[in-house]
Amino acid sequence: MREVRPAAYDSKIEGNVIFTRLDAAMNWMRKNSLWPMPMGLACCAIELMATASARFDISRFGAEVMRFSPRQCDVMIVAGTVTYKMALAVKRIYEQMPEPKWVIAMGACASSGGMYRSYAVLQGIDQLLPVDVYISGCPPRPEALLEGLMKLQSKITGESSFREQKRELMQKLDGVMA
Amino acid sequence: MTGADLLGSLGQLLGGKIQDRTEFRGETTFRLLPADLREVALFCRDELSFDYLIDISSVDNFGDEPRFEIVYELYSMKLSVHLRLKLRVSEDEGEVPTVSDIWPTADWHEREIYDMMGLRFAGHPDLRRILMWEGYPFFPLRKEFPLEGLPSDMPDVAFTSAAPLEGGPFVTAPSTATTKDREPRARRPTDAL
Repeated sequence: MREVRPAAYDSKIEGNVIFTRLDAAMNWMRKNSLWPMPMGLACCAIELMATASARFDISRFGAEVMRFSPRQCDVMIVAGTVTYKMALAVKRIYEQMPEPKWVIAMGACASSGGMYRSYAVLQGIDQLLPVDVYISGCPPRPEALLEGLMKLQSKITGESSFREQKRELMQKLDGVMA
Repeated sequence: MTGADLLGSLGQLLGGKIQDRTEFRGETTFRLLPADLREVALFCRDELSFDYLIDISSVDNFGDEPRFEIVYELYSMKLSVHLRLKLRVSEDEGEVPTVSDIWPTADWHEREIYDMMGLRFAGHPDLRRILMWEGYPFFPLRKEFPLEGLPSDMPDVAFTSAAPLEGGPFVTAPSTATTKDREPRARRPTDAL
């Protein structure tokens, strides 16, 4: 009679091992440690600061690590009016962020130009960057920003992270499988 | 010397230079020729203690001749007196003498007028644009410049495009209603006032 012996079983770690999909694990880690790039350009930045502070406390969602270097950021929160003079600088900062990266357009101005139908204001940052979440309001309340962050988290949950990150490997694997 | 005395004596001293004198609700306005500006400004600062230049602004009276107007708001800290000086500038001329060496604060005010209205200041030490970028081809506060802007492109610096003025979250509704009802606000474009 063959002895059935579970591989690498250790009663000390029982309960600490979970089985999941690689994508699900990666997405879980990503969505709970979104490091924002605070692109504060106008009054929305005040609400962004309130969101980061104790009363609303964005750290409950793992996004309290505001980094002022784009190289350490995951999500750019465009908070405020994007003038044409600033527009290419915002784009350049976005391009300096490492993949994977997301963009939240916070407030009416960043989403559509808002009340500034004028020669000086870009009519929505989505003309330059791929926006993931738009937040309405002028400015939005901190709760709205948190809701937007949660929307972004649920969007990240559905992403094929491994496939997107290891594109060449996945192409090779697809070739082998075919 | 009180403020009223001061302005009265100024009117006498500079009698020939002052084209026109207006009193409105206690505010005194002198109209000058651009050529006389520096002489009057120096006199106001040194002899009459107008040590504070509050603001310089420009007006585009599109269709009139001369087209532009420049307004200097002076204040005397010592005597608590306001004085307003106005110049008329034709579009062909488009240039007035600078006062940035008389009141250093005029430096940026004159740059802003150059940027927004396209009027030049002779003798200004650093007449660059201040709000828009170098190379932007228009002067946005001139009356012939459309509200929605004009397209332009400076590679690697900035670009502009015309903004849509209809639809969108904030809609202007032109009418003869009050300012409160006319102002851009969230409403459907089809909504009548």
